[in-house]
Amino acid sequence: MPRVVVDVMLKPEILDPQGQAVANALPRLGVSDVASVRIGRRIEIDFTGEPDLDRAREIADKLLANPVIEDFTVRLVETDETAGARS
Amino acid sequence: MTARVGVVTFPGSLDDGDAARAVRIAGAEPVRLWHGDPELHGVDAVVLPGGFSYGDYLRCGAIARFAPVMETIVDAARGGLPVLGICNGFQILCEAHLLPGALTRNQHLHFRNRDQVLRVESVGTAWTNAFQPGQEILIPVKNGEGCYVADTATLDALEGEGRVVARYLGGNPNGSQRDIAAITNAAGNVVGIMPHPEHAVEALTGPSLDGLGFFTSVLKHLVGAPA
Repeated sequence: MPRVVVDVMLKPEILDPQGQAVANALPRLGVSDVASVRIGRRIEIDFTGEPDLDRAREIADKLLANPVIEDFTVRLVETDETAGARS
Repeated sequence: MTARVGVVTFPGSLDDGDAARAVRIAGAEPVRLWHGDPELHGVDAVVLPGGFSYGDYLRCGAIARFAPVMETIVDAARGGLPVLGICNGFQILCEAHLLPGALTRNQHLHFRNRDQVLRVESVGTAWTNAFQPGQEILIPVKNGEGCYVADTATLDALEGEGRVVARYLGGNPNGSQRDIAAITNAAGNVVGIMPHPEHAVEALTGPSLDGLGFFTSVLKHLVGAPA
């Protein structure tokens, strides 16, 4: 059964101090060619029946993302592509 | 008759006890409200206390917003019920869209815990009418996600309409835009504040008694409010 994946990212104009902290740590790994890092959240949703993308968008808009500061995308993936299936 | 002020306890609330005590010291009767009970038990006002409701999972306040008690509070607040959200309570009010904007991770990523000077800028709200315009007060601040953000149009509207209730003085502890520490809705009955007035109501435990003004304000407001 396909799984719904919701990716939530801070809007570009919202400062991401976590991403900045990670970017600032990269030179310690010897990495000097990274311009910026931004951190978001990936949420995997399994429906009991057929995946319902409209329902998933509603869930994302009302709960998973805060539209004041975040954007989200909703997509279907086959379960063998997801993190849970790989582990 | 003594005013009844509800204090909500969510799973993970920390400052509900102090908020109830502040209500009592101000001269009102605190009424403990439970997140799972949609009934407000006839209270005249509500405090959403600080803490880490639902473990701050997903985003601070994002899950508390859907608690049964919040659905009743959102409706009642739209009808004029005075609601004060402190710290996590402020985050919940923003998540519930009773207040504009959002509270994000402190810009420097550190948890900030100190006594903080604020300037009270709007004394027309249900929770600040006991202060003088421009009054400087000292109350504790303690947050990890207290950085207030909103788009420029929202910030300009808040300032233009006198809805910035308090600003940080002597150093912004979290990077909040325009040093905003507290805001109100258009009607002035809903106030969100990041620092903690309920921790500054007794000489034994607080840096001042300045926090008491928020709680005496609502009593003044309720006496003056039409029944």
